[in-house]
Amino acid sequence: MARSIAPRRKAINTLLAWSIGFLIFFPILWTILTSFKTEATAIANPPVFIGFDWTLENYQAVMERSNYGRFLWNSIVIAGGSTILGILIAIPAAWSMAFVPSKRTKDILLWMLSTKMLPAVGVLYPIYLLFIRMGLLDTKIGLMIVLMLINLPIIVWMLYTYFKEIPGEILEAARMDGATLREEVIYILTPMAIPGIASTLLLNVILAWNEAFWTLNLTAAKAAPLTAFIASYSSPEGLFYAKLSAASTMAIAPILILGWFSQKQLVSGLTFGAVK
Amino acid sequence: MFVKNALRAATAISLIAAAGSASAETITIATVNNGDMIRMQGLTDDFTAKTGHEVEWVTLEENVLRQRVTTDISTKGGAFDIMTIGMYETPIWGANGWLVALDNLSEGYDAADILPAMAGGLSHDGTLYAAPFYGESSMIMYRTDLMEKAGLDMPKDPTWTFIREAAAAMTDRDNEINGICLRGKAGWGEGGAFITAMSNSFGARWFDMDWNAQFDSEAWANTVNFFKDTMDESGPAGYATNGFNENLSLFQQGKCGMWIDATVAASFVTNPNDSTVADKVGFALAPDNGLGKRSNWLWAWALAIPAGTQKQDAAVQFIEWATSKDYIELVASKEGWANVPPGARVSLYENPNYQAVPFAQMTLDSILSADPNNSTVEESPYVGVQFAAIPEFAGIATEVSQEFSAAYAGQQTVEEALAKAQALTNDAMEAAGYR
Repeated sequence: MARSIAPRRKAINTLLAWSIGFLIFFPILWTILTSFKTEATAIANPPVFIGFDWTLENYQAVMERSNYGRFLWNSIVIAGGSTILGILIAIPAAWSMAFVPSKRTKDILLWMLSTKMLPAVGVLYPIYLLFIRMGLLDTKIGLMIVLMLINLPIIVWMLYTYFKEIPGEILEAARMDGATLREEVIYILTPMAIPGIASTLLLNVILAWNEAFWTLNLTAAKAAPLTAFIASYSSPEGLFYAKLSAASTMAIAPILILGWFSQKQLVSGLTFGAVK
Repeated sequence: MFVKNALRAATAISLIAAAGSASAETITIATVNNGDMIRMQGLTDDFTAKTGHEVEWVTLEENVLRQRVTTDISTKGGAFDIMTIGMYETPIWGANGWLVALDNLSEGYDAADILPAMAGGLSHDGTLYAAPFYGESSMIMYRTDLMEKAGLDMPKDPTWTFIREAAAAMTDRDNEINGICLRGKAGWGEGGAFITAMSNSFGARWFDMDWNAQFDSEAWANTVNFFKDTMDESGPAGYATNGFNENLSLFQQGKCGMWIDATVAASFVTNPNDSTVADKVGFALAPDNGLGKRSNWLWAWALAIPAGTQKQDAAVQFIEWATSKDYIELVASKEGWANVPPGARVSLYENPNYQAVPFAQMTLDSILSADPNNSTVEESPYVGVQFAAIPEFAGIATEVSQEFSAAYAGQQTVEEALAKAQALTNDAMEAAGYR
């Protein structure tokens, strides 16, 4: 009896999961499809799903107009740099909170997270003025610092929860064997937390890649990443949806590919720590 | 002696090098993603060939650009050497001393050729602070075939009463044809701009001479009620969320009998590559109510130099190139006369080649019928047709247009929307110290 119910339930669950997955993926799929339409087909009503004359003219137009390579390079440097910088700061911070907690550790963790609740525009002017004074406006290093700072609470939280899963006795044993603090963190803790660190790295790269407020407001021509590339194709006075879709597809393609190949690590890492 | 000569030679070489680097600059220009601006980017090589200066473009969506350049200029960030701004920002920023006055342009540039309405809207105290790249007004674009089918003739200068009747006559719900498509979308530059320009023709104004809000006036009630009634009768479903792009899409697909919007849309709706009704479009002046003011707006996208730029000479050279008569000729030679930037120079409209473009004369007539310094029937304390050129306006008008959009959508009555608009405008003006 149980055997006859299980396959049906499994089929329903599978169908439900695929339906939800398709719903979530649909906007991206629609963007990709629109990028291969002409501008006239892109606004057709009723919308055309597959049966249209596929064209690469939008990609050609985008490549002719914009220096995609420069935007892509800036995105890679900014997202990668801010992530590495964040991890370097967050590992020692998370270590101390996980293994040498004080009375205020929980409060500090909550306070760190609460900074994420401040609307970014509230600190735009102070940060803009700081950037002018420090010569960081429209520089990749400036953006790396800002993105590292805004994502740091999440990195610390994630690493803290991964580290909490590691038995403190192992670190104690290492200490008794004469390991210094540096050796303990580098040779004992880090290798054991590799899945957690990897998923934190990946998630932070995705967050930094998609960040649009600071990357638009603190850059001009030199350090602008792919978010600025997309913004340059949005227009309230003119229908350029197909070109905008082509630009969006080109901007999200690298991170989609990265996510696709690393989904196993990302999922296992996320279900290992607190985000489960 | 040898050392002295060597030093002299080194000094001379470094001076020449310095002069060389000073004469060839790289300027950064912030601009919007409009067709004319993109065309200009494609022609930048011509400017570089003539002057040696290189150009780096930062192209952003209009609202993002507005926020970005406002942050930069108000903090003296210096990220841009030229900014693309509109008629709203120019007089305010000029008054703040944030822009370089363009009162020393070269003789060959012929600044006197700029359309007076444009020059007036881009000046403060008679000094030009931004050079118009292209200008626009609003006008009626209508389907000649549907008008004929309805047994009507569109006058050159129709009234609102005629427009409402014509819209009802052209509406064919079974065939998804809406008699009229207008902007109802919230936002000071979307539905807010339209209803403000429309209110001028109904005798309404935003403020009296003491900066008191006027939404409790009969003229405003007439404006918003007329808009809502007309759109409920003959407009598309969900018009409360339709802006320029949504209406453009509807018109191009043959689903609007009339569309009152920016004159630049004329080149889109008559382009057979994008529009299914390209050969069936006529043009007329925006409607009035016999009170001496029409309901068309006036806008220009213009190039301005932020005060404090280190590359002012190169920036001036670029502005002189991009807004010159020669640039118009350059675009015409490459893309045809229908694609030259309109609405900035008198000489363009005297050119027989441009006069042959079907919407050219109506664009000029529309621009000439809007006066930013005298836009309302009763006297008002502000400059601007579809806006009041004060820093607080954008924020207030966005909120007011949200109230109006909620009324269009049936979430509240027109009376409630007007009462809220009155209260929030007076509160904001009091907080800003006007009252």
